[in-house]
Amino acid sequence: MTASVLARPRAAATAPARKPRRRLKPGRPIPFGAALGPFLLLAVWAVGSAAGWLDSRTLSAPWTVVTTASDLVADGRLQDNLAISAQRAGLGLAIGTVIGTVLALIAGLSRWGEAILDGPIQIKRAIPALALVPLLILWLGIGEQMKVTTITLGVLVPVYIHTHNGLRSIDSRYVELGESLRLRRAVFLRRIVLPGALPGFLLGMRFAVVGAWLALVVVEQINSTSGIGYMMELARQYGQTDVIIVGLVLYGLLGLLSDGAVRLAQRRALSWRRTLAD
Amino acid sequence: MATHAGGLTATRPVRVQGLVRGFGERTVLDGLDLEVGAGEFVALLGRSGSGKSTLLRALAGLDGDVTGSGLVDVPENSSVVFQDARLLPWQRVLDNVVLGLRGSAAPERGRAALAEVGLAGRERAWPSELSGGEQQRVALARALVSEPELLLADEPFGALDALTRLRMHDLLRELCARHRPAVLLVTHDVDEAVTLADRVLLLDAGRVAVDLAIDLPAPRSHRQPQFLAYRESLLRALGVDQTEG
Ligand SMILES: Nc1ncnc2c1ncn2[C@@H]1O[C@H](COP(=O)(O)OP(=O)(O)OP(=O)(O)O)[C@@H](O)[C@H]1O
Ligand SMILES: [Mg+2]
Repeated sequence: MTASVLARPRAAATAPARKPRRRLKPGRPIPFGAALGPFLLLAVWAVGSAAGWLDSRTLSAPWTVVTTASDLVADGRLQDNLAISAQRAGLGLAIGTVIGTVLALIAGLSRWGEAILDGPIQIKRAIPALALVPLLILWLGIGEQMKVTTITLGVLVPVYIHTHNGLRSIDSRYVELGESLRLRRAVFLRRIVLPGALPGFLLGMRFAVVGAWLALVVVEQINSTSGIGYMMELARQYGQTDVIIVGLVLYGLLGLLSDGAVRLAQRRALSWRRTLAD
Repeated sequence: MATHAGGLTATRPVRVQGLVRGFGERTVLDGLDLEVGAGEFVALLGRSGSGKSTLLRALAGLDGDVTGSGLVDVPENSSVVFQDARLLPWQRVLDNVVLGLRGSAAPERGRAALAEVGLAGRERAWPSELSGGEQQRVALARALVSEPELLLADEPFGALDALTRLRMHDLLRELCARHRPAVLLVTHDVDEAVTLADRVLLLDAGRVAVDLAIDLPAPRSHRQPQFLAYRESLLRALGVDQTEG
């Protein structure tokens, strides 16, 4: 093969001397590429509904969903349920994040803390949040307390795991630097430990926000009288697929928005990092 | 042989007596004695694995988990420069420089230290935006901003190219002339040792085997015949065959 290349005279002065080097990167990003897949799905759905291939009892047409959504907004049901759901998720997320971070700091900075805390949290991690719901109902009833607690438990675990891992993987050379500069413990924590653990913490937060919405769905569809999950559960009883789809779209949007918010925070807070993605 | 020209022998910031350090079965430092005078620049040579870093870490108090014995008397106010610049990647350059400082004057002092190493105007840069030599200059600024009595440096220029290294030699000499810390510089480069130091030590078998005062006039260079003589005797002590040179 080499021989034939060598034997062949150069065709033209403009021809490249050899093949361009193969790129290992996936190539240039497609404009609005992220929207392409969902848009195709929507198109198939619309065409299917218009052509009558999709029974409206199975799946309502997109335009029905839109009018249903505006009806729900008009009579206030959507906002009320959304506000309640967001409050539950937000509360559980906040409490779970604080507890998870504090536990990770205790376990990451002291051997005793790790010995005592890490085991139980790993065990909790192995038990799905849903499996705890029956017990939590017995303990706390079916009120807000139970719901927020379930969400908190779902959030706490990823925040703990990733923050703890971030702490543990701080380069020991930086610890040595801190010792050589005789840093006080507070300064060491603020300048070295916390920023070093931040990437792990933020990764944990991305799992946590998704976890919060997941747990929300679970607690709202059992024994609830408010929230998006309740609205969907009610719609199931009356066979209103349009309302169910409004709920699903809402969940999807909320998940995307909160994940986007964490990613934005990530980009801001970790601007010192240069990675393959940049 | 410990005394040398300069008359700075009255105060001795560094006093080490009978220092023993080992890892497991292996004894690395075996009853080492060492004294460094105020403002004295000492270079430490030795074969790879002879225990140079071990000695430096003992002086810096960074070997808390190592077994050993002996007297180590060093000033409270000493700084370390590592082989890697060891800047915190998540702190801007100025914050890295003033990491160990307290008080409201810290930013001002940090800025001044950065200007001294020729990096004025780069205060807000991230460490990843600097070249290797610039990073090492920031590390020098961080070490000197606290006005240490003792500067401990473990092959600080080992990772730099030859040209940058020469520039760093000039800079280090200048800074030391101004701040007058006692310096212990670990290096494997005989030329670097002879160029910079008032005294060159050679570590062998866990002790100081050679203690050589370098008495050369100011712009030291290869063209000085004594320079070559010092160089040769040190290389011979290191066991390097001179026939190729
Ligand atoms: N943490 C450690 N655990 C076990 N052995 C060690 C450790 N640190 C150093 N040693 C051993 O101690 C000896 C001296 O190491 P040291 O790092 O002081 O050498 P050095 O003179 O600095 O060498 P180099 O010029 O290669 O940096 C080596 O044999 C090394 O293997
Ligand atoms: Mg070494």
